[in-house]
Amino acid sequence: MNSKPLILESVARSFGAVEVFRDLSLEVARGEFVAVVGPSGCGKTTLLNLLSDFDTPTSGQVICHGSVRMVYQHGGLFPWLTVSENITMGLRHLTDEAERARQLREMLRLIRLEGFAGHYPRQLSGGMRQRVELARALAGETDILLLDEPFSALDYLTRLRMRRDLAHLLHERPCTVVLVTHDIEEAAQLADRVIVFSERPAQIRCELHLRAPRPRDLTHPEVVEATHRILSELGLEHDSESAFAVI
Amino acid sequence: MSMNVATSNDQARLLPLVVVLIALALWWTLSALHVFPESLFPSPVSVAKGFVEEFQTGRLLNDLIASLFRVITGFTLAVALGIPLGLWLGHRTSARTALLPAINFFRNLSPLAWIPFAILWFGIGDVPAIFLIFMASFFPVVLATIAAVASIPSVYFRVAQNYGYRSTELLTQVTLPAIAPQVITALRVTAGLAWVVVVAAEMIAGRDGLGFAVWDARNGLRMDLLAVGMIVIGIIGVVIDRLLVQLMKIQSVRWGYEQ
Repeated sequence: MNSKPLILESVARSFGAVEVFRDLSLEVARGEFVAVVGPSGCGKTTLLNLLSDFDTPTSGQVICHGSVRMVYQHGGLFPWLTVSENITMGLRHLTDEAERARQLREMLRLIRLEGFAGHYPRQLSGGMRQRVELARALAGETDILLLDEPFSALDYLTRLRMRRDLAHLLHERPCTVVLVTHDIEEAAQLADRVIVFSERPAQIRCELHLRAPRPRDLTHPEVVEATHRILSELGLEHDSESAFAVI
Repeated sequence: MSMNVATSNDQARLLPLVVVLIALALWWTLSALHVFPESLFPSPVSVAKGFVEEFQTGRLLNDLIASLFRVITGFTLAVALGIPLGLWLGHRTSARTALLPAINFFRNLSPLAWIPFAILWFGIGDVPAIFLIFMASFFPVVLATIAAVASIPSVYFRVAQNYGYRSTELLTQVTLPAIAPQVITALRVTAGLAWVVVVAAEMIAGRDGLGFAVWDARNGLRMDLLAVGMIVIGIIGVVIDRLLVQLMKIQSVRWGYEQ
């Protein structure tokens, strides 16, 4: 087993004259939850595209060990399939019908949607849909989960609840996670390591390690402290005295 | 409150029937008052008699079956060839660039303009009518399929790649279900077009069929039978549309109409 399932080695990626990455190196350890935050347009989505093999670097190397699944902001579920059928997509590798049914039930239970197995995505709320998408991605044998602003289309309270749900799901189904988000609190609440990108061409501005066990409260001192530090790094907060200032 | 809603729903369902009854009453009044001569404006009673006559001789049923056969054959051929071609062109940019102007040309060329050639090439009977229906249906089906394929969100294919879908699975489990709602809408419109065209085709290139019946009634100065033909053509058109609407109610397709 490889202890570093995701490695970027001095990756450069340009789109014409636009240089997104110049010399980016990054390693993600097995089972680690890494969150990437940064100013908009800094290349967070390009990073996920490179990691998921939808894009190739101009130079450098992206090494990826294991199966990768991505969860999108919205609309990633197949609207012509029911909740069960969508989750079963994640169990396609299982040939044993009974085992597949058992795992499907288990996933439905984990996301508390047992009563919605036969519903179609259009019949669910935004939060329910994202839960189904997470369940589909984590069903079966996923090694690496890529999250592309998975909760950004949801309202604030649902977003808070989804963070708790994700932490719970990952406790049951551990895997390596890369979360790309605009939501700094989300990063601080969920990640083992938060990476702050600079403006384009994106460099790693700073890395924060968080050790408090998940699920973490939004008001947990380590979360608050991390939020403050990230905001300072992004130039959105001025000094340490304003650690508890509200933006 | 719910009582009121139920009543208004029932009333709403009766409204179309009321309109039909008013139209019939108006028709009957106009002919009873002899506003227009009977030879130009048949009365409801004579039309009803004509209907019974046509039904009893078996001619009406015969014409109906002839027309339906042509429409179903021509339309099925157009769909069976048009959807695959549309799928192929939807995925192939260069082929699409090459063929789209030609397809648009034929799409905008009235199928009725083909009638002279249809008769010259295929004579009189089933084949020219089927040909004309095909020409009327094929190009709209191709264009609708191309548009539907082009509008599939790319995220579906990314997801499919993540979950290990292979080439045939991509077609049957992603592309086809993703385009189904739009294609069904196009089929509905096109079937209506095909039904319009069969009547015109049979008027000129037929020896039977509802279009021929209408033309024949006009030549025989039987305005009652002319009206019978028109009413049947209209009703069958509505029935075809209602049948295709059922496709839109399939659970795995409804997402396309509710967003």
